[in-house]
This record gives sequence, C-alpha cells and structure tokens, in this order.
Amino acid sequence: MNLQLLAQINSFLAALVLLSAFAMLSQRKINGLVTLFAWQGLFLSINTAVVGYVAAKHHLYISSLLTLSIKVILLPYILHVLVVRLKIKKEMETIVNIPTMMMIGIALVLFSYKLTAPVREMSTLITRSTLAVALATVMIGLLMMITRKHAVTQIIGFLAMENGLFFAATSATYGMPLVVELGVALDVLIAAFIFGIFFFQISTTFDSLSVKQMESLREDN
Amino acid sequence: MTLLILIITPLAASLILAFIGNRRFAPEINIFCSMLTFTAGIALALDVYRNGQIITGEKFFFVDAFSVYLTVLTSFVSMTTAVFSLRYMQREREHGRVGRRRMRFYHAMFQLFIFAMLLCLLANNIGVLWIAMELATLSTVLLVSLYRTPNAIEAAWKYFILCGVGISQALFGTVLLYFAAEKIIGEGGEALLWTNLIEVSGRLEPTILSLAFVFLVVGYGTKVGLVPLHNWLPDAHSEGPTPISAVLSGLLLNVALYALVRFKVLVDGSTHTHYAGNIMMGFGIVSMLVASFSILRQRDIKRMFSYSSIEHMGIATFAFGLGGSIATFGALLHMLMHSLTKSSIFFTVGHTCQMHQTQEIAKIKGLFKGDPFVGWTLMFGSMAIAGMPPFGIFTSEFLILTAAIKDVPMLVPFILIGLVAAFAGLLRKVQYMVTGDVPSYSKSIQAARAPVILHMSLVLILAFYIPNFLNKWFQTAVELLK
Amino acid sequence: MKLLHLIFIEILQVLIVIFAAPAFVGWVDMLKCWSQGRTSAGVMQQYRNIAKLFVKDVVMANNASWIFRFTPYLVFSTGVMVASVIPIISTNLFLAPSADIIVLIGIFATARFFIALASLDIGTAFGGMGASREMMIASLTEPAMLMAIFTVSLTGGSTSLLHIVRAFTSGVVVVRPSIMFASIAFALVVIAEAGRVPVDNPSTHLELTMVHEAMILEYSGRHLALIEWGAMIKFFLFVTLGIACFLPWGIAATDDLVSIVISVFLMVVKLIVAGSVLVLIETGMAKMRLFRLTEFLGAAFLMSTLGLIFFFILE
Repeated sequence: MNLQLLAQINSFLAALVLLSAFAMLSQRKINGLVTLFAWQGLFLSINTAVVGYVAAKHHLYISSLLTLSIKVILLPYILHVLVVRLKIKKEMETIVNIPTMMMIGIALVLFSYKLTAPVREMSTLITRSTLAVALATVMIGLLMMITRKHAVTQIIGFLAMENGLFFAATSATYGMPLVVELGVALDVLIAAFIFGIFFFQISTTFDSLSVKQMESLREDN
Repeated sequence: MTLLILIITPLAASLILAFIGNRRFAPEINIFCSMLTFTAGIALALDVYRNGQIITGEKFFFVDAFSVYLTVLTSFVSMTTAVFSLRYMQREREHGRVGRRRMRFYHAMFQLFIFAMLLCLLANNIGVLWIAMELATLSTVLLVSLYRTPNAIEAAWKYFILCGVGISQALFGTVLLYFAAEKIIGEGGEALLWTNLIEVSGRLEPTILSLAFVFLVVGYGTKVGLVPLHNWLPDAHSEGPTPISAVLSGLLLNVALYALVRFKVLVDGSTHTHYAGNIMMGFGIVSMLVASFSILRQRDIKRMFSYSSIEHMGIATFAFGLGGSIATFGALLHMLMHSLTKSSIFFTVGHTCQMHQTQEIAKIKGLFKGDPFVGWTLMFGSMAIAGMPPFGIFTSEFLILTAAIKDVPMLVPFILIGLVAAFAGLLRKVQYMVTGDVPSYSKSIQAARAPVILHMSLVLILAFYIPNFLNKWFQTAVELLK
Repeated sequence: MKLLHLIFIEILQVLIVIFAAPAFVGWVDMLKCWSQGRTSAGVMQQYRNIAKLFVKDVVMANNASWIFRFTPYLVFSTGVMVASVIPIISTNLFLAPSADIIVLIGIFATARFFIALASLDIGTAFGGMGASREMMIASLTEPAMLMAIFTVSLTGGSTSLLHIVRAFTSGVVVVRPSIMFASIAFALVVIAEAGRVPVDNPSTHLELTMVHEAMILEYSGRHLALIEWGAMIKFFLFVTLGIACFLPWGIAATDDLVSIVISVFLMVVKLIVAGSVLVLIETGMAKMRLFRLTEFLGAAFLMSTLGLIFFFILE
C-alpha cells in the first residue's frame, strides 16, 4: 500500500471521528450517544493502527488494541449497564438548541485550525493536518459538557475529550511513549469506575441524574 | 534506595489499609506508615543536601532541591494529618457519619493520595507527572463525597468534572511540549524527561511553547485554584472530611503549583522573554483579589478558609511569575508557611465543627469560653493566615512585596488591597466566633493537640530564624528556578 | 460534420431526459410497491398518467392571472434547459459552457419561485400553506446544496460541470473526505428538493401534510400534465447531477458512437442503483414533522460545510 493512499485513509478516518463528535452533539437519546461514542473509539483505534503502520512504530499497535478494548468495548458496556440499572429516561433536553450548537461546533473547528497553524508549519509528519481535527474534537467534547443538563452526557463529553486528546497525541507526535499511554489509559479506567459509582450516589441522593439540581452550593444561600 | 522506600510505602500502606482499614488499630497503622514515609523523606533530603541532585531509576526519578523540599513538606504534613485524623475520624465513627466500609476506603485513599503526590514531585517524565496529578485528583474525588449528603455529592461532582476538564487541557499542553522537544531531542521517551528538556530549553521553538504554556496554565492552574478556574475549590475543600480538606488545601495546591513553575522555567527559557511569568503574575493577582473579596461574603467557615487558600496560592503564583531571587525565595517560603498554617487551621476548624455540629459561622460562638485551646489556636491561626507578624506568612509576604515594589510597583497597591480585604474579612468573622457565650448545642470534644501545636510553633519559629540547611535549600532552589 | 455530431448528441440527451424521467419515477414507485408487499402498476404507469392528463379539459379559477397559465410551461422548459447542460451521456455538449452549476441552481430556483407564485395566485388556503412550506424548505436546502457544490467545484477546479467531470474522470480514485461528506449532504438535499419521504410524501392525499402537492392542487388537464412531467424531470436531473458530480465514470469523453452507447447503458445502470437506494431510504424512514426538518436539513448543511472545511484542512 503506498504512502499516499494510507495518508488519505488517515484523513478519512479523522473526518469520521469529527463527524461522530458532531453527531454526539446533536443526539437526543442516551443509547444513541453511547453507540456513537463506541463508533468514535473504533475509528480512533483503526486510525492509530494505520499511523502505526505508516510510521513503523510498533507501540502504536498496542495503543490501538488498548483503545479498542477500553473505549469500544469496556466503557460503552459499562455505560449501557449503568443506563439500564439506573432506569435513566431515554431522552434528554439541551440548553441551547441543536442547530445553533452545530454552528458553534463549526466555528470551533475553524478556531482550532487557526490555533494549530504553528504546529502544522513545523511538523514533518504525515498526520500533521489532523491535529486541528483532534483539537476540534476536544473542544466539541467541552461544548457537549457545558450545554447538557444530564450527568451521563457530561461524562460522555468528558470521554469524547479524552478521545480527542489521544488523537492529538497520535497526530502531533506519532503517539506518546508507551509508559505515558498506559498511564493515561489507567487513569481513564479509574475515572470510569469512579463515575459509575458516582451515578449511583447521585441517583440515590437526588432521585434523578439531572445536573440542574446540583447547583445549590453558592455564596448567596 | 531511600527513594524507593519513599514511594513504595504509601502505595503498600494503601493496599494494606484497603483490607484492614476499618479495624480498631487502622488509624495507628496509617500514622505509622506516614511516619515511615516522612523518615524516608528526611533521608532523601539529607542525601540531596550532601550530594546535589539525584537522577535514578534509569532517569525515571529526578530529585533536586525544589522537589525534595516539597517532598519533605508533603510527608510531614501528611504525617501530622494522620495523627489528627485518628481522633477526628474516631468521633465521626461514633456519630455514625462514616461506616466500616467507608473507613477502609478513606484510609486506603488517603495513602494512595500521598503516593500520587510524591510520584508527581519525584518524576522526571512530564507524562508521568500528568498521570500522577490525575491520580491524585481521582483518589480524592470519592473522599469529598464521603458523607453522601446532597451538598457533598454536588461538590465532588463539580470537582471531578472541572478538574477533569482542566487536566485534559494540561495533557494537550504536554503533547505540544513533547512535539516541540522531539524536534531537538529526538523521538522516544527521552523527549519527555525534564532533565533533557531543561538542557535544550533555549533551542525549543518559542511559538509552540507559548501555545503549550497556555494550555498548561489552564490545566494545572485549575488544580492550583487560579481564578476563573477555581469554582470547584471552595466546594470540594469544604464538603469533605476535615483531614482531607487539610491535605487538599495544604498539599495538593502546592504540588500543582510546583508543576506549573517547572513548566514556566522551560517556557521562559525558550522564549527568552517574560511571557510565562507575566501570565502567571496576571492570574496570581486576579485570583488574589477575587478570593480576598469573596472572603467577606462567606457564611461557611470552611469555605471561607478555602477562599483564603485561593488567595495565598494567588500570591505564590504571582511571586513565582515575578521571578528573581527575592520573589522566588519568598514564594518558596510562602508555600511552606501556608501549608503549615492552613493545615493547622483546618485541624482547628475540624474541632470547632465537631463541637458545634455545624459549619455555619453564624452558629459558632464562644470558643474562648467553651474550649480555650481550640479558641486560641483558631485565633492565632487566623492571625497567621491573615499575614500578621510575628507569624511566618508575614515574612514571606513581606519578601514578595519587596520584590514587587522593585520590579512592578504599579501592581503593589492591588496586592495590598487584597491583603487588607482578606485580613479584615477573616479577623472579623473569627472574632465573632471566638468571643461571646457558649451556645447550648455545643459539645466538648477531645482535641488532637499535638499536630496543631507542632505546626504553629514551626510557623512562629521559622518566621524569625531560618535554619542553615533550609536557607541553603531555598538558595539552591532559587538558582534552579532562574 | 463535427457540428452535426455535437448537435445530435445534444438533442439525444435532451430527448432521453424528457422521455426517461417518467420511467425513472415509475421505477422508483415500482420498487416502493414491492418493498411494501404490493403489486405495482408497472414502470410505464407515469406515461399513462401524463397521457391521460393531456386529454382532459383545463378548469381554471376565474381570478387566475397570466402567472397561473404561464407557470406550467415555465416549469417544463426550465427542466429542458437544464437537461441540455448537465453532462449525462457525454461531456461534449455544445450548450454546456453557457451555464455552470450555480446558474443551474438558479434556474431551478426560478421554477420553484413561479410555482409558489402560481399557488398564491388564486388565493386558496392550501396554496398559501404549500408555498410557505416549500419556501421554508428551500431556504434550508439552498445553503446546503451550495456548500456541497462549492466543495465539488474546489476539488474539480471550476464551477463548470464539464471541467468537473473531466477532472474527476481523469484522476486516480481517491478517498477524499470532503467529497464523501459533500455526497452525503447532496443526497439529503436531493430528497428534500424532489419532495420525497422523509421531507414530503408525494402520494399523500391529506392536504395538511402536503408540501409540493398543495401548491399544484388547483391545476388540471394539460397544465397539470406539464407540471407533473416537469417535476419528474427535475427529480431525474437532480439525481443525474449527483451522478455527474460524484460518480462520473462512464460519461463519454469522446463523441464516437460506441462510447455514447456505453455511456447510455451505464447511465441506466447507475439510475437503477440510485433509485433503489432512494427507495431504501424512503421505506426505512417515516415522514418527518415539519419542525424536525430544520434538524434534517441542518444535518445536511453541517455535512456539506464539514466537507468544505475538510477540503482546506485535510487536503
């Protein structure tokens, strides 16, 4: 397979990752969100394997497998089990309406493109243009966390941000050293367990998972 | 060898306490392991004092004057907090606020938290630094919600989300830094090592490093509690059990600031301007002012002292940003004094809250008459933290102000306004709490006196007399941070 | 000789479009019937419909103005005009340089404008309702379509369809994210413009759910025949526009008879496949409520804008 084709596959997968981020932004159903998150993880792990092949860095294959097992299989499974156990209502509202959020998302893509310009000039890697997409995924994850009222959505936004960061590492530097990648994966796993426990705590104390009721700690009360 | 003991002890303790943490002698084991850690820390410090900086473990660990100073401080304060926690959690156990499983969890997470902080301070690899910082956050998140009240859960949730978001930005900054370093040092783990980075800092690409620093300041700055990323701090520090508030306020903020300062040295070395320092100064002053004025509005005693932490971290950030020997010396001293004073205050506040079963300032009264020890230590602690002589914080603030007047005289009025506002707010509220008659719902408790006395006396002594080794430590650290 | 050849190709293409459009719609309807388990009326049914309508009398309201009479002829002729420009069977159309893609969109917009005016002309309630809905949908599809077209033009290097087709067919097969996204966006836009499910149900008899049908409720006889035929031609042309932009392989580049025949054959194959895909979408989805259309078309706009952005970022 020649380099040109692989570079195009890399760009194509990057586009799919960003598309799944936008789809998560506009999704109303929680099960749909979890499925989209799994898809995003899948595109990401395939992309990591492709980059590993192109750059001849074998530790990226391990990272790709790690991403596959944690972000495509384990985390969506945990989330699905949580949704079922907590009997979460299937649909949730948003603070800002969906078409406006998509516009903001597009603006964020342009902004991250502008922001990563110095890196693009300096980089000699094939994947240099996908850094903008990675940063955009991070920002869209952030947008998702800010504009949603449901605890599960905030967590999925957080995990989407982690996806974007992992992608950024792959695009900018062909992945961080394995030690760091393993550590980050470990942190994500621990965070997953913690938020699982959290959902139960929130649900038992508040009887619902809407974040709106958790705004009472302020100065004026 | 010492270093290995230093790191392994808290980790092993955490594992052991995960199983037996609810037994009667578990707090004693906690104290014992913390003492071991502290002794190892002192040994390591002596080693560095005699032989200069250490790089071991195939370049995995790096210990210089700056990190060993913070290591000793961390292990010391965690030891005294463990002593305090014995009495305090015993009381909580009796009141039924914490069950058996939660006690195991509490002890295990306490030691895991110490492990994470020590790993953060001693790691050479900036990726491992990030991982340890994240681990420190994660280990305390569920501790903040230990009491399972709605407020505690809300505080823990905010802590988790805001710090998680913040630290992700820090990871992006680290990736950018790695990218810049790879160009010069070459691929692989070498480009992440601090020792290599500081050598080539002059040759790293300035534009990339400036961009990276913005992300790093947002990320690690969230953990330091810089305004406007501070929203989680008052909630998290006030809702958890008091020993956790003490270590969060006293230690974790320091470690986050340590990480920020390391990166500042790199970035300013690369850009050859004062770019990073200026950013830190800006954030520092804003944090200080916002926090000081917020103190005036507080109705919860722990929240009030949390805002005081934000204020002092703002001063330290400002001083590190200012740079130069006097300001850096002052900042290092400030970190020490603030740690000791703030943890001591939280011990006292813990006693107060247990006596009155509430955290509201309006409902706490008559401490002088009710329990003179608690009352007077609260008074002295607040005087210390407000910056009154003869306590240590006055010395460090004085040094910082001297350096500021020399370099940035226009900002000094703002600093003074902030200091005065905090002073007024704190002392007015504390005065209300310690005077007056004892309310009917107040109970007497057996206070853990030793930690408080130890901390306060250290603060008092170090204000006048800085022993030779401490002086040399600070001087070496100041040199490193130029 | 050369000129005659070109004229012959041009007229051949226009005639194919005019007479194959009802067959295409018939094919789509047949598939839909099959997928719903019914027996279909056959591919030729639309021809029979049109023939039937031509024979009937025209009944017009007393207050109908010249717009009402003029619109059917306009709609049909715009279809014929566009048919002469899009490269369907060959890129050697001598009328093609007279208009690029943006002009084509403008021509279709003119037709839509006049239908809306005609529906408002008589003053019935349903006419007004249909016109307002149609215009709302148009205001959402136009940006999406234009973005998709910009992406295609940027990749092809020009807005003239001939150049685009030649650029695509001469290059190597490339996996371009921008074109993928633009094609998905274009597919959604085609569904909206042609008035198919999930935007509008062409076989509905409930006036309150109609969009396009509501506008032509008043027409009868040969006027209705021309409008229906024009709508079929528009549908056909949109699909072939999509094929020309995104699947252009097989369109004859030279003007010898063999390549023309092959290109016609390939066109038939592609249209059969496109029809099947459309029916899959139609049967799989239910008609959307009107306010949900903003999300549907917003998604189309998003896709096309992303395609455009990806052109700059990733390529």
